[in-house]
Amino acid sequence: MPVIEYIEAIRTAMKEEMERDERVFVMGEDVGLKGGVFGATKGLQQQFGELRSLDTPLAESAIAGVAIGAAMAGMRPIAEMQYSDFMFPATNQIISEAAKIRYRSNNDWDCPLVIRAPIGGGVFGGLYHSQCPESVFFGTPGLKIVAPATAYDAKGLLLAAIRDPDPVLFFENKKCYRLIADEVPEGDYTVPIGKSNVMREGSDITVIGYSMPLHFAMQAAEELSREEGIEAHILDLRTIQPLDREGILEAAARTGKVLIVHEDNKTGGVGAEVAAIISEELLYDLDAPIRRLCGPDVPAMPINPPGEKHFMLNKDKLKAAMLDLARF
Amino acid sequence: MTQIGSVRNETRHAALGLTDEKVVRMYEIMVLARKFDERAQLLQRAGKVNFHISGVNQEPAQVAMAFAMDKEKDWFLPYYRDYAFVLSAGMTVKELMLSLFAKGEDPNSAGRQMPGHFGCKRLRIVTGSSPVTTQVPHAVGFALAAKMRGEPSVSLVSFGEGSSNQGDFHEGCNFAGVMKLPVIFVCQNNGYAISVPFSKQSAGRISDRALGYGFPGYRVDGYDPFEVYRVFKEAHERALAGEGPTLVEVMTYRVSPHSTSDNDMAYRTKEEVDFHRGKDAIPAFRQYLEEHGLWSEEREKALLADIRKEIDEATEYGERAPFQPVQDAFRYVYAEASAEEVR
Repeated sequence: MPVIEYIEAIRTAMKEEMERDERVFVMGEDVGLKGGVFGATKGLQQQFGELRSLDTPLAESAIAGVAIGAAMAGMRPIAEMQYSDFMFPATNQIISEAAKIRYRSNNDWDCPLVIRAPIGGGVFGGLYHSQCPESVFFGTPGLKIVAPATAYDAKGLLLAAIRDPDPVLFFENKKCYRLIADEVPEGDYTVPIGKSNVMREGSDITVIGYSMPLHFAMQAAEELSREEGIEAHILDLRTIQPLDREGILEAAARTGKVLIVHEDNKTGGVGAEVAAIISEELLYDLDAPIRRLCGPDVPAMPINPPGEKHFMLNKDKLKAAMLDLARF
Repeated sequence: MTQIGSVRNETRHAALGLTDEKVVRMYEIMVLARKFDERAQLLQRAGKVNFHISGVNQEPAQVAMAFAMDKEKDWFLPYYRDYAFVLSAGMTVKELMLSLFAKGEDPNSAGRQMPGHFGCKRLRIVTGSSPVTTQVPHAVGFALAAKMRGEPSVSLVSFGEGSSNQGDFHEGCNFAGVMKLPVIFVCQNNGYAISVPFSKQSAGRISDRALGYGFPGYRVDGYDPFEVYRVFKEAHERALAGEGPTLVEVMTYRVSPHSTSDNDMAYRTKEEVDFHRGKDAIPAFRQYLEEHGLWSEEREKALLADIRKEIDEATEYGERAPFQPVQDAFRYVYAEASAEEVR
């Protein structure tokens, strides 16, 4: 199986689905001729033409709103938000419209839409090219939210998202784009939305998370195994809405010690809900209080290198938190 | 222009390509919408329904714009006062009553949304919400889909003059202008956004904004349905010819309070309201029909009797109809069939 970069997996998913289904098209700022500021849509306009790889005016609410209209009209739009930091003008369209179209019309109308948005820092993006906005949308019924950590999941989840009959927010991690590469099958496959994945089996502690921080957890787990004989069980949520309750409970029960990690800030984050699910169902099976290692509760990360480094999670932070939990 | 007369030997409606039959039908729907609206207000005052939001006085323009559209091919994104528009598009009084009573059979939302929140795929009426102006980019999306598929569809989207200040108005117009999409943007300028008069909403004309988006904008007298029809017909033709969007500002006046929850005497005078009520275009339209031998006192009586019966029956049906069962109240958050099946 070929090893490809995370961003290549995203591009491949769009290209293959556009070849398979003429209703599918991409729209957003700079997605056409330039192929996106990160290159995620490179070559699509050359292959599919200006309309199906559509450079839009710089206006995020219109990008979401026009895509919603096209989706209701029977198309399968993929709307790109250049940075997730810039998608807030589209929040009304996403929360008041996309999320509620099926419900408010009693199933008469639907909104099969994908909104792709890069999340995460560590690229010297400063306050407004680094944020993780998942918690803004998390908890809005009617939306599905996915956040892949691997190239395999990026392609499979994007194909599933495009084919999904409801609106899906696809949060791709910009740090993963070229840092993460793994085996990705050629051709068609999907990763089911709503299903978590065990990345590593272990019996001492459980780490639950999504997106980039899981790679730090994997690195830390290898070192802890080698150096301390501690075996971490690592669960990738992959979909953060709807959460895979069964998968979460199974992973938590496996070790009785749970560390939840994400780059989005701690307060009101996805981790709080994961912790609540475990508390509701498994409190007396736990051997330690549930812990969370997340972005700090500050508005966003600074661009200066020490400040950014201080904000970001990394292998060492994960390792320390995992070791501390194992020793509890 | 408030005078309704004939041009040369040809009647005004014939000059616009409207048959006698159609122009009579326009009148019937105007009256039907008015009577529905009046009954809805009564039902709210009687405590039978919780809420009504009125479109009174705006019906002639709404009917005229709907008649300029193609019911089989176009897409409609009305706003919450567009009762006469949706009746013209084919919604029935019974369906409006089911919505007013929030009953399960309501095709708009099964009684989930407030009345006036239209949506009915069968009639190509796109589901709408309460945060105003979100429907404007949707209309552009429908037009984009039509362009991509090479379909001869135009989308028509309504909103108020207050809404024209929302970013979604600007973003939608700009997008459609850049791509020359088949959209008709309709600002029904009724003078008030709840309590705030137009003078405090905008220092200029809404129609003039079209200049900045690179397409034509027209201000039209909402009391002159023939002129409204003419402008929309032209906009529709432009859209189908690939010449892009049109912005139409229909000048009208909201004679009702904002909704049944509003006391408009807190911010305007009865004299002002009565002055505008006196400009009602429905009697003038009737007079036009009579002058051209298309209407009579007898037909008027028969129409009013028919409408009375239809509304009575619809009211009774709506009142008696069951609510959506609570076990279904939370359905359709997501598709119930698997993604594979829906594809």
